[in-house]
Order: sequence, then C-alpha cells, then structure tokens
Amino acid sequence: MNVLIDNSELFVTGFKNTGILFVISAFFALILGTIVAGMRVSPAPAMRAAGTLYVNAVRNTPLTLILAFFALGYPKLGLPEISFMTAAIVGLSLYTATYVSEAIRSGINTVAVGQSEAARAIGLPFMQTLTLIVLPQAFRSVLPPLFSVFIALLKNTTVAAGFSVFEAGAIRAYLSERGEPLLPGLLWVALIFVLLVLGILTPLQRYLEKKWRVAR
Amino acid sequence: MTIPVQATALVELKAVNKHYGPLHVLQDINLQVKKGEVVVVIGPSGSGKSTLCRTINRLETIDDGSITIEGAELPKEGKGLAALRADVGMVFQSFNLFAHKTILENVTLGPIKVKGASKADADKQALALLERVGVGHQAAKLPAQLSGGQQQRVAIARALAMKPKVMLFDEPTSALDPEMINEVLDVMVELAKEGMTMVVVTHEMGFARKAADRVVFMADGQIVEEATPDEFFTNPQSDRAKDFLSKILTNG
Repeated sequence: MNVLIDNSELFVTGFKNTGILFVISAFFALILGTIVAGMRVSPAPAMRAAGTLYVNAVRNTPLTLILAFFALGYPKLGLPEISFMTAAIVGLSLYTATYVSEAIRSGINTVAVGQSEAARAIGLPFMQTLTLIVLPQAFRSVLPPLFSVFIALLKNTTVAAGFSVFEAGAIRAYLSERGEPLLPGLLWVALIFVLLVLGILTPLQRYLEKKWRVAR
Repeated sequence: MTIPVQATALVELKAVNKHYGPLHVLQDINLQVKKGEVVVVIGPSGSGKSTLCRTINRLETIDDGSITIEGAELPKEGKGLAALRADVGMVFQSFNLFAHKTILENVTLGPIKVKGASKADADKQALALLERVGVGHQAAKLPAQLSGGQQQRVAIARALAMKPKVMLFDEPTSALDPEMINEVLDVMVELAKEGMTMVVVTHEMGFARKAADRVVFMADGQIVEEATPDEFFTNPQSDRAKDFLSKILTNG
C-alpha cells in the first residue's frame, strides 16, 4: 500500500493518460472500423479492395512497429509536428480499427439477407440500407467481441510507454528510479487495470446488451 | 392460348435470360403486365417463378433481354435503381420486417427516408394503412411480437406506404401457418379489387381463381402457358400444366 500512497501522483498521472489514450483511440477506432466494415461489404469493388488491403496490412503488423513509425518515422517525413501522445493515439486508432472492422463485418454477416433486400425494395440506397437497417442490427450481435477488442485496446495503451508517453505502462520505470520495490508497483498497476475492466467496461457491455436485445 | 397484347404495358419483360452457373433459370421470358392487371405466376418449385418476380425490381440481375417499367429500362444500379424500387412494392415469403424497428417505424421508414415525408404525415398514413390491413392496434410492437399472418400484412402496408405503381408478391403465404393464410389473401384480394397492378407468385389456386386476370404457368425456366384462370384451370393446354394441376388439385 505504501508504494501506491507514496507515489500517488505517478499513478494518477499515469492512469489519467491511459484513460485519455483509451477513450480517444476507442472513439476513432469505432468510427474508422465501422467505415472500413462498410467498405468491405460495399457493391463497389475498389472500395472492397481498399478496405481489405487496409485491414490485412495493419492488422498483420505488430503494434510496436506501428507506434514506432508514428513516434520515430513520422517526424522525419516533414509533415506537421505531432506530440508523442497524438502519435500514440493515431497508431492505436489505426491498429484497433482493423479489429473493430472485422468484428462488425462478422455482425453484418449475421443479419439476414432479407433485411437488406427489404430495405432496397422500398428504395433505400446502399448507404442508408447499411446505416439504418444492417449496422444497427449488426452492432447488437457483436457487442461481446467488440468489447474484447476494446479491453485489448485498454491494455495495448501500455505499449505507448515505450514511445515517450507517460501512461500506466511507464509507472514501473519511474518507480525503479525512485528505488521503490518493483513487484508491489507492478501488482498495483495490474490490479487497477483489472478494476477498470471489471468496473467500467464489463458493466457497460452488460448494460448495452440488455438495452439492445432484440427478439428475432 | 394467347392474350391480346396491348400497347400500354406497365411492366414488360422481353427475351429475358438468366443463368445460375450451368442452370438456365430463366429462358427467353416474354411477359407483359398492364396497368391494373393481376397476374398470378404458378408452377412447380424450381421453375424460376420467384426469380422472375425478383428480376422486376432487380433484386436479381439478368444476363440478357430487357425489363421495362412504364417503357423505361430498369436502371442498372445507384440512385436511379433505388428510385425505381420505391415505385415497385415487394412482399417477401419471409416477411422481412425490419427486426429492430417497431411496426409503425417499419411502415414510415420508406416515406420519411426515401420520399422525404414529415414524420407526422408518415405516421398518419402508416396508421391508416395498418388499420386497413387489420393491425392498427399493434403499431408500437416489434415484428417478433406479431404472428406470421400479422407480420405479412404489415409487410403489405409497408410496401403500400410507398404508393407503388405495381406490387410484387413472392410466395406471400408460403411461410404461414394454414390458419393465417386467408387473412393475408383477403388483403390481397381487396388490393386487386381496388385496381392495384399485381404480380403474384403463389401456390394458392383459390387466390388465382378469385383475383387473377391472367395465370402464367412456368416450368423449367420457361413460360409454358398463359391464360385466364377459368381457361387454365378447366382446360389446360400443355402436358406440363395438366400434370401440375392433377398433382395439386387431387390434394384439395
């Protein structure tokens, strides 16, 4: 307990930044992932190809390499400067979006084809068929895998510690500098992660599953 | 037996062909449907009658030939096709009501999103239509809370809400329990009486006799015979039709 209390400002700042990384990255990953899933079921071959290429390229690249690119490679491209925090958010969003996209695409496949046929039959174009009829039903059926993706994102934020972002994953290094014992510090970080998942994400998942339950 | 061809065909199929791989599912189909006409398509399963019905709003594409509605060729894709579909009502075998929307929302979605109607106007029209098909008091429920017959009547109301020029029915009673078939057929007979142009794929010979202006008999991807219901049921010309009728009519 002493480790936690004596270094509370480390824990507070670390987990605050973890929270920022997570919330913003989750937001953009959800939006981008939904768009990419839509591209992958689009009637236009070019859209499908672009979506598939993006998912295959980014999903198969280690997260460390993606973050390394934005933290170390990007500044050499002569583009507008971004902070390490922003770089980590961009990298995490792009990486997580591929998993979101695949989860949503599997949900799209569970929506009966008759649903989109009926939507097209009353004159809805592709985009509205997707956004009004197919996606709302797809989301409901993929809440469990989608939340797995977001729980993974929460833990993946610790990779950003390797690229000069002070978040929860970096707490250990600072504790060592201060000569604190390693194991208790690590255990506290782990415990807080578990509490975040069990205390926030899991109840949110349960709430949404209940709210959006649809009789078929 | 041929029916005199009139110049004012609302729906016209000319030399339509379609293949599913090696299966030639529609073979040189020629068909005209005049305004106000009720055409019933019957035939054994696998004869291509559902496919034929679905080509008319291009839920199925065709390999060659032409399909026109009011003289205009079906658009291939995009906004033009969506606009055309808004004018062609479709009722499916499996109802296909939007599972996450209430009965009322199912009926108002098209008028609001496609035709730009206000919610108030769309609600008013939808409630009137739901009342007309006998499910007005179910408006706030979800589709899964209704019986099959009720769902199919909602599906008819949903199609009617778009004020279609023609209605396509793809085996509308085939997924229903026997006791619910008539409640759906009654609505369809009413529509036919009111002058709606209809193409109906069905196994309900009673409906064909009661409401059809013309029966089209299909087998193996071809239109084998076209006649008035009376002629067709009492004096079928082709062996295929005689064979088909003997099989279904002996069973009641």
